[in-house]
Amino acid sequence: MEIDTAESLDAVAAVVDKAVSQHGTRPQHLLAVLRQIQKDCHYLPKQALQSVARRFSLPLARVVGVAEFYGFLHTQPRGEYDIYFSDCVIDVFHDSEALMQRLCHRLRLQPGAVRGDRRVSIDTTSCTGLCDQGPALLVNGWPVPRLTPTLMDAMADHIERRVPVTQWPAEWFLIEDHLCRHDLLLNTPWRPGTGLKNALRQGVGWLLEQLTASGLRGRGGAGFPTARKWQFCRETPGDHYVVCNADEGEPGTFKDRELLKHYADQVFEGMTLAAFVTGARLGFLYLRGEYECLLRPLQAALRQRRCLGLLGRNLCGLMDFHFDIEIVVGAGAYICGEESALLNSIEGLRPHPRNRPPYPVTCGLWNQPTVVNNVESFAAASLIAVHGGEWFAKVGTEKSKGTKLLSISGDCARPGIYEVPFGITVAEVLGLCGSGETLGVQVGGPAGTFVAPSDYQRRIAYEDLGTGGSFMVFGSHRDIIDIATRFAQFFAHESCGFCTPCRVGTSLQLRLMEKIRRGWATAGDIQELESLKQLLEASHCGLGHTAHNPVQHTLAHYPGHYQARLRDLDFSPGFDLDNELETARQLTGRFGDHLRQV
Amino acid sequence: MPTISFDGQEITFEPGQTIIEAAMASDLYIPHLCWHPDFPPHGSCKLCSVKVNGRICSACTFPAAEGQEVVSSSEEVRQLRLRLTQMLFVEGNHFCPSCEKSGQCELQAMGYYLGMTDNHYPHFFPVRDIDASHPHVLLDRDRCIFCELCVRASRADGKNVFELAGRGIHTRLVVDSPSGKLGDSNLDVNDRAAHICPVGAIVVKETAFRIPIGQRKYDRRTIAEVSVAEEAPLLRKRYEQKED
Repeated sequence: MEIDTAESLDAVAAVVDKAVSQHGTRPQHLLAVLRQIQKDCHYLPKQALQSVARRFSLPLARVVGVAEFYGFLHTQPRGEYDIYFSDCVIDVFHDSEALMQRLCHRLRLQPGAVRGDRRVSIDTTSCTGLCDQGPALLVNGWPVPRLTPTLMDAMADHIERRVPVTQWPAEWFLIEDHLCRHDLLLNTPWRPGTGLKNALRQGVGWLLEQLTASGLRGRGGAGFPTARKWQFCRETPGDHYVVCNADEGEPGTFKDRELLKHYADQVFEGMTLAAFVTGARLGFLYLRGEYECLLRPLQAALRQRRCLGLLGRNLCGLMDFHFDIEIVVGAGAYICGEESALLNSIEGLRPHPRNRPPYPVTCGLWNQPTVVNNVESFAAASLIAVHGGEWFAKVGTEKSKGTKLLSISGDCARPGIYEVPFGITVAEVLGLCGSGETLGVQVGGPAGTFVAPSDYQRRIAYEDLGTGGSFMVFGSHRDIIDIATRFAQFFAHESCGFCTPCRVGTSLQLRLMEKIRRGWATAGDIQELESLKQLLEASHCGLGHTAHNPVQHTLAHYPGHYQARLRDLDFSPGFDLDNELETARQLTGRFGDHLRQV
Repeated sequence: MPTISFDGQEITFEPGQTIIEAAMASDLYIPHLCWHPDFPPHGSCKLCSVKVNGRICSACTFPAAEGQEVVSSSEEVRQLRLRLTQMLFVEGNHFCPSCEKSGQCELQAMGYYLGMTDNHYPHFFPVRDIDASHPHVLLDRDRCIFCELCVRASRADGKNVFELAGRGIHTRLVVDSPSGKLGDSNLDVNDRAAHICPVGAIVVKETAFRIPIGQRKYDRRTIAEVSVAEEAPLLRKRYEQKED
């Protein structure tokens, strides 16, 4: 959409009007309004931002600050077809880079660029949550898995012929389920309302007892006991809120995609149980932007619950039980998976993580006591309300009760979702998914642990290998330096920029890893890399604290791989002199001949 | 009154105080750039990192608590702060010899205080916009360290002239006006926000190089001495106002 003429200014105004009337002007609607404008105009025209600022009674600069933060929002025009290839290491190892090159070549544009006629723009984004069926891309928000060269050619053809994405072949968008192993969570039959009605019959005390007995701990990875979180929140006076963190952005994880697709009612019931305990009247499900395609089915699931009297006013016919759930959709920012950043995002602020203490449980959404739990935690809580705590606690280890959903991807025969009992060893998991010779396994995403074959007896459990569920298998033919560099790239890209050590440190770490990968590093660079650990640990939040993990773990287990890349000369330059001079030589037409004439 | 151990010294604190406030109240300096006694703590520069019971914490946001063991002056902590300062130098474009803020700049003074003799890290040489559109105030983004003091001060001014935009290493300071230019904003040269910048990113025009070398803020005093002399009283004033 051009915005130069008076007519198109009217068009922008109409777009903003539509977005505002559709979503509203409360702080939690800001992101939805910006997303809508991005969709309709293919970017956020300045006039639109000004209009949004007026409608929301916010300074323009604050709206710009929010808009510029998110990967899927742009203040410069994008293509009518806006395409993002997942640059997750698993997608890259399945040739996503070559596929992107092919599509770019076909459509005659450079990666990262917008084509002159604004028909199409192609870029990369962090993991899209489709590693079990990658390589994958998003086109105007719609995920396309299992990319092949033939598919790229066909897609280019559709774009050239300007076929609307809604009319592209449906099979391109088909997300397969790959639920490879069922246990407690995935196998237990579910009827809407059963957990809630049971809890209402037996009371809050009973529910908290059952949750305590179940030993359920937060499934996002941090592992805080769910019963205690709900109890603390209940005990803090205020207007309570319940928030479901469905912003799973850890590269290699995709369990929430399946839970929200097939077990959404259970998740919503878990949130309602938290509302029953805390007295919250409003809940939010924060859905990552990459999963926008789940929005309509989720809204349908909410409607169904309202029809059944399980959501809305007078829940289950009770006079004083009101609770409803709104869905907030993200826009491409990994940091929003950090709970306090997520709360800021809902509030329409820049999603910087907050200072702690205070913690969300006492001072969360709009500074009110807030329960924030993972999708999987809520799903588990609703089953515990039906079957009791002991039923859940009979599986797992002493400190890690129940089961864990693993998102397994990479070099194995059967990638997919595996629900495993806590305590299972890495070796056993590798047996389940059918891996061959391996270099190692990244458990818990880049922020987690790189497990080398000598440690395959380690267990998936809070007391050993804690994880949000990402389990990336790397075959023995993979390059460890390449893997660590891509993880460093991920952190540098996703750092929010709030604090010095993470903002600058993740970029320095990436530069050093690139230097090693290209073969220009010396022993001093390794020392420098190691010394970044302490700096990153001074970061503001978990992103910075864990940003050094992939480097630290791979350095510890594969020092030989690093050593082999180093230059051993003491005084060799840290760069390629000829390469650096190349541009100047091209421009001047002097290719070092003058040096030979001396 | 409850106490904490600060570098081995027992100091008292009032419940609700952060570690930096407790230290300041006892005239003890903890390096900082984004903290200012007049504004809510931010916790972004991390210069005030201290070890609390063995763990690295930001003294400006971490509440003091009875019996805490705080280490601020160890070599390990100095080294951490030195590297953080060097990070701030290399991510922006800081040319001290030609900068009008030289001698009055907290970042430069911090470098001297921590014994910084080089940048250690490779320069990023970012390309950032300079905004000279305002008749009385210059915005030189090359020198911005994202402490958000101007953002907080402008909010206190009731104006919201400054905000951060962008993300990660591409974070940038933006101005609240239709054109994004400072000249089109409602910033007044007498606003607190025009004078709060600890570095030379926001400077008042026609005031450069007026103070002779030798008489500038940090020529004869370290940043620690200046902070204790100027900021500790502000903090005390705040507490007195609270009690009234």
